[in-house]
Amino acid sequence: MLLGRVIGTVVPCVVCKGLEGVPMLMLQPLDKAGAPRGGTIVAADSTRMAGPGELVYYEGGREAALALDPWFVPVDHTIIGIVDTWGQV
Amino acid sequence: MIIGRVIGTITSTINHPFYDGHKLLVVERTDAQGSPMADYLVAIDTVDAGTGDRVLVLDEGNGARQVVASRDAPVRSVIVGIVDAVTAS
Repeated sequence: MLLGRVIGTVVPCVVCKGLEGVPMLMLQPLDKAGAPRGGTIVAADSTRMAGPGELVYYEGGREAALALDPWFVPVDHTIIGIVDTWGQV
Repeated sequence: MIIGRVIGTITSTINHPFYDGHKLLVVERTDAQGSPMADYLVAIDTVDAGTGDRVLVLDEGNGARQVVASRDAPVRSVIVGIVDAVTAS
């Protein structure tokens, strides 16, 4: 998993079967120092509670879809949780 | 698998139900000599690792689900060992 910052929401009007009602958020991936890294991505939100400005961790690849119900859906990034604190040394 | 160093912890209240009770650590990847690289990942800890430890991280879905004993957990990165020494020429 990697860390990301939610920077916006996406509202699709047509989605594949199984993705109805799944929140989609714009996500800026972060590096290990918390600085933006790379281009923004769109991620499904398995917590259904994340919103713009929040620090989250997300999974990529096949495991991203497994976080959703139903899980056999075409998704490649999914927000798994919202970070409360991030202790760095 | 990759070798990395634990550089921090993540606490999270709102997360995917599978992640309840699982400890999440931030691991920076290290090269063969142990120097930090730019890559990092957030992984579930199964071996009671702590900040500063050199760890072995499995970054593959099927093996990771085997480690956490679940057929459908949205998990890809799992810390599966603490490294004492690495010999590389």
